[in-house]
Amino acid sequence: MIARALRSRLGLILEVTVPLAIVAAWWIASAGSTSFFFPPLSEILDSFRETWLFSHVASDVVPSMLRLAAGFAIAIAIAVPLGVLLSQSKLLWRAAEPIVEFLRALPGPALIPLGIVLIGIGSGMKIALIAFGCLFPILLTTMDGVASIDPVLRDTVRVLRLSRRDRIMRVIVPAALPQIFAGLRTSLALGLIMVVISEMVASENGVGYFVLSAQRSFDLPAMWAGTLMIGLLGYALSGLLTLVERRLLRWHRASKASALSS
Amino acid sequence: MASSVTPSIEAGVAPRRRAGGRRPRLDAARILPPIVSVLAVLALFELLPRVGIVSARQLPPSSEIVDTFISQLSTEAFWRDIWSTLQGWALGLGIAIAIAVPLGLALGSTPLLHRALRFVIEFLRPIPSVALIPLVVLLYGTGLTSKVFLAAFGATWPLLIQVIYGVQDVDPVATDTGRMFGLGRFQRMRRITLPSLLPYAATGLRIAATTSLLLTVTGELVIGAPGLGHSIDLARTSAATTLMYALILATGLVGIVINSAFRRMERRTLRWHPSQREVAA
Amino acid sequence: MLDIQNLAKSYGKDGDGTAAIGDVTFSVAEGELVVVVGPSGCGKTTLLRTISGLLRPTSGSVTLRGRPVTEPPAEMAVVFQDYARSLMPWLTVADNVTLPLRNKGMSKADCRAAMEKALASVDLERFGDRYPWELSGGMQQRVAIARALAYEPQILLMDEPFASVDAQTRADLEDLVLEIREQYGMTIVLVTHDIDESVYLGDRVVVLTRRPSTVLESLTIDLPSPRDQIETKQLPAFAHLRAHVYRAIRNRPEPAAADLALTPAHEGRA
Repeated sequence: MIARALRSRLGLILEVTVPLAIVAAWWIASAGSTSFFFPPLSEILDSFRETWLFSHVASDVVPSMLRLAAGFAIAIAIAVPLGVLLSQSKLLWRAAEPIVEFLRALPGPALIPLGIVLIGIGSGMKIALIAFGCLFPILLTTMDGVASIDPVLRDTVRVLRLSRRDRIMRVIVPAALPQIFAGLRTSLALGLIMVVISEMVASENGVGYFVLSAQRSFDLPAMWAGTLMIGLLGYALSGLLTLVERRLLRWHRASKASALSS
Repeated sequence: MASSVTPSIEAGVAPRRRAGGRRPRLDAARILPPIVSVLAVLALFELLPRVGIVSARQLPPSSEIVDTFISQLSTEAFWRDIWSTLQGWALGLGIAIAIAVPLGLALGSTPLLHRALRFVIEFLRPIPSVALIPLVVLLYGTGLTSKVFLAAFGATWPLLIQVIYGVQDVDPVATDTGRMFGLGRFQRMRRITLPSLLPYAATGLRIAATTSLLLTVTGELVIGAPGLGHSIDLARTSAATTLMYALILATGLVGIVINSAFRRMERRTLRWHPSQREVAA
Repeated sequence: MLDIQNLAKSYGKDGDGTAAIGDVTFSVAEGELVVVVGPSGCGKTTLLRTISGLLRPTSGSVTLRGRPVTEPPAEMAVVFQDYARSLMPWLTVADNVTLPLRNKGMSKADCRAAMEKALASVDLERFGDRYPWELSGGMQQRVAIARALAYEPQILLMDEPFASVDAQTRADLEDLVLEIREQYGMTIVLVTHDIDESVYLGDRVVVLTRRPSTVLESLTIDLPSPRDQIETKQLPAFAHLRAHVYRAIRNRPEPAAADLALTPAHEGRA
């Protein structure tokens, strides 16, 4: 017992100190750095403060996040209904399968040149590509979710003679939501990749544009600061999604827990 | 109690053997829809530029794209691109495996180590590896190393996470049983940990393979490392639109091959471990 | 009211697979409570799913007030054994009960009133805002019953409704079914493998054989009403009926001294 308590306390200490130690090690190791590629951490943080608090937030972070939000929202709005629809009929899915398989296996960035040719280099192209990149994980997990709906629940829906609208909005989609969230998580990561790359390839603002232009003007501290910013954005967005998931799927965890305990 | 199994009866007793006369019709129902839909899509993309809804300069008719694709198959440059992309993909995936599997085994079986590094992993994981592109270009230039670095960085995380889950999910009763029968640490690893880890590892491997391809193509496209991604962008800038579409088609086909190979492998490990299916999503 | 004629159900293509129901014929009168009892795994659930229109029979027919049942009919409600899987965990108890009413063309206020009345008749009026998983198993099954009641069906089918709860809860729920029946006056068909339960609840007990099921006998239960968990079960007639059903299921011959007041009506075997 004592050993276990000690170990758990040690774990807590390590969990807090190791990340701090890594940052400290970076700080110390880079303190006197004259390397062009690895400027001292203090310089990176200075640059971070200058650029991101808050002069470049409106000019670069906001446009990137707006594009991501728009693309993500479009992907959800298309993928969830389409996933439900394709789950309804075997014939429909067989017809759609080769096209879906091709598009989902196609690495999204390969479509950036196509986007430029078809739509141009504006925000519309980026949003379209982000939406495309996010679409397939959500589509496939939605279908997984619908397919794994409990047979008793299916029977229940039939004997309750729900309207089509209630059947979809109040039963099918909520029941598939845990799987849909797994898709959203993958999509968010892909979406951020698409934001950064599309801004690197063709843009005049956004975080992707910022890091690449910092690199091209050999402002290494700014480049590092930009990379750090993208990392923080990824971390924050993933945390945000977890919060939304906790809220929306409270019933899922709770009902699973109660099924286990009874 | 009896009825709790009933819903699966229909699926369980599903007809394995079909009445002979019905077979052709059933197979037609299986084969026709995908063929019809693919033809319909090709026809649509043939008509859009022909009728003039989209300019043929932006979207050439599908027959021309397919023609170009087929003629590309006999060019050396095309196969060199395929080879470059596959090389970057395989090296990226290989490095990811070499890092993630031992690290995942260590972290999964040593709770203290896992706790110490948990925050670091949780912080690094959602960072899009593409954010490192500018740095990577400065460090490694625009060649193979850069795209392999990106691919390896991106592919390591999903595999690492799955391996950690897999090791942690090993049934403690099984481990205790193994210990009671006098199996050594290595034996326990081989006989108990490995089999229950396998489905998780296969899922992680599939995700890592897809990620590695995604980042290889991205590296080629953004950095200009030779490969399909670079040639696609080159075709765009030199206004060879039809070639661009043909190369995108080829990239998608490479993706399908990799994807379905790894999914088949995953399904094989999942088959004898069906309880893990939920995690696979 | 409900007529089941020569019903047969086999799984597999063209019905040449496993036969679950061999040949079942019985009918249920208006307002009657019929309990279908049979050994475990005798295809009771398949029978109920076929009666409710969830499954198509391989042959034979189900008619409800003269109309053939091919889909779950509007005047029918079903309570499943697996309450945990038939309630929607993402909806509150009140929303679960209201859900099927939304398609009935009722006003919001009427829906609410029907929901409250139904929850009150299962003693859950204070739990409308809770979620199913916050309740015990017995309470969850009461929610499922309330959902069926709020719908005000003319016929209620129940598939082993109390098989997943503990003994005390089970007795309470049995009495709840009898109360509801008094209160709403609906026709009820209940499927169970519990012989005591069948005799205690039923106006009539339909005894099934092992699969492929056929009707072994249809037994009128003339125990006095209202029934009581202690007093009814102490009656000698209860014990006799119970023993009779038990022997029928176990396929044992009736002892010579058949002095009990049985009126076996061999409808199904005619």
